[in-house]
Amino acid sequence: MTAQKRDVILDIKGLRKSYGDKIVLNGVDICVERGEAVVIIGPSGCGKTTLLRCVNGLETHQGGTITIDGREAGSKNFDWILVRQKVGMVFQSYDLFPHMTVLENILLGPLRAQKRTREEASGQAIRLLERVGLADRVNDFPRQLSGGQRQRIAIVRALCMNPDIMLFDEVTASLDPEMVREVLDVILGVARQGMTMMIVTHEMGFARVAADKVIFMEGGVIAEEGPAKEFFTLPKTERARRFLNTFYFE
Amino acid sequence: MRNSGFDVLLSLNNLRRLMLGLGGTLEIAAVSVAVSVILGVLCGFAMMSKNRAVYALFRVYLEAFRIVPILVWLFLFFFGSAIVFGANLEGWFVSVLVFSLWGTAEMGDLVRGTVLSIPAHQWQSAEAIGLTPWQVRRFVIIPQTLRRIAPSAINLVTRMVKTTSLVVFVGVTDILRVGKQIIEFNMMKNPMASFWIYGFIFLIYFLICYPISRFSKKLEEKWSY
Repeated sequence: MTAQKRDVILDIKGLRKSYGDKIVLNGVDICVERGEAVVIIGPSGCGKTTLLRCVNGLETHQGGTITIDGREAGSKNFDWILVRQKVGMVFQSYDLFPHMTVLENILLGPLRAQKRTREEASGQAIRLLERVGLADRVNDFPRQLSGGQRQRIAIVRALCMNPDIMLFDEVTASLDPEMVREVLDVILGVARQGMTMMIVTHEMGFARVAADKVIFMEGGVIAEEGPAKEFFTLPKTERARRFLNTFYFE
Repeated sequence: MRNSGFDVLLSLNNLRRLMLGLGGTLEIAAVSVAVSVILGVLCGFAMMSKNRAVYALFRVYLEAFRIVPILVWLFLFFFGSAIVFGANLEGWFVSVLVFSLWGTAEMGDLVRGTVLSIPAHQWQSAEAIGLTPWQVRRFVIIPQTLRRIAPSAINLVTRMVKTTSLVVFVGVTDILRVGKQIIEFNMMKNPMASFWIYGFIFLIYFLICYPISRFSKKLEEKWSY
């Protein structure tokens, strides 16, 4: 990105957020370009999840700005309901709607929020389900699926909205270890297709492969950021080094 | 051979009168249940209000109807209205009023508890796909609330139907009162009348409430997930 004009899709500047006296985000700046995969890591409670939740308006922030696709959150022509249709989010908890089949789960947003036709949206849903290897489960209820399958469906549900950016909030954190891989593979596949994404994760091996840029947060601020390769081989700060060391047995 | 007294039930006139009494009972039950469901849902959402005063008010209202026996409420409105307002409220009206107030309070508490039991991430993931606040409720929260609330709401309905037997004390001609009249009328020639009449009323209540409670079981199985 030298002379090229940077295509910034998400621009966060000086973001601040606190719950009462507890400061969770203390001036965070992040700039995400189209097609970029940004992985956010850091110890528990460092504000990573809160950051993601601010980006799709599930949390309000007290200071700084969030600009999505050129529109600043809180400004006059900014509407979270419309923005969320362009910002897909997958959560840590299995968040499928239990009273709906897989297909109904996926189509709720496209049909109700985006007012698309059933034929067109379900065509896309089936294609996406095929991509994640779950086309045969289209009429199942969430209770009939494993945790890993549910998370893959949740990813499809977000993708079927044709988002500009996807947010993944520790999507494998509550999965059994043997199911983590299938979910990460799906996310990696989406990244390789050029989807812009912000990923909060504790899977360092995955972060190393999937990330274009790594952001290391601690205590509500960005302690270090840089290209994935550099960060994982030669972290610049002592804090990041110490954090990475906790993932390897020596 | 001694007369079993069963013929008291074979008299067409007696049966017709019992059925008329039953009609009175069911009418009170049906009107009160309908009012309770509608007002109860509104009341439930109002109880979720963040305003502490509003919540406290509903709490007092609900507990008052839970703690004080329904019969006392019936007397309070029936005799109290005459003393306080000089108005002579009809037994039927007092019954519907008391049962509706009670049902609304209980139903409101059920709605409140059930909506609050829906996990926060259900709200959030619905919001995250860009649904409007009304769509979140319409497609995600209310359907799940209905499934969760059905068993206890139906249980409340059967309790209300059963408790309507109290309306006899405020002068409403319900099935129990008719039964009593028939028994008293036949006392001399048929000492077994009370057994058959009350037995018949027992059966009637069972026939009304049992299918309702079966229906609730069925719903529970069908909607379990």
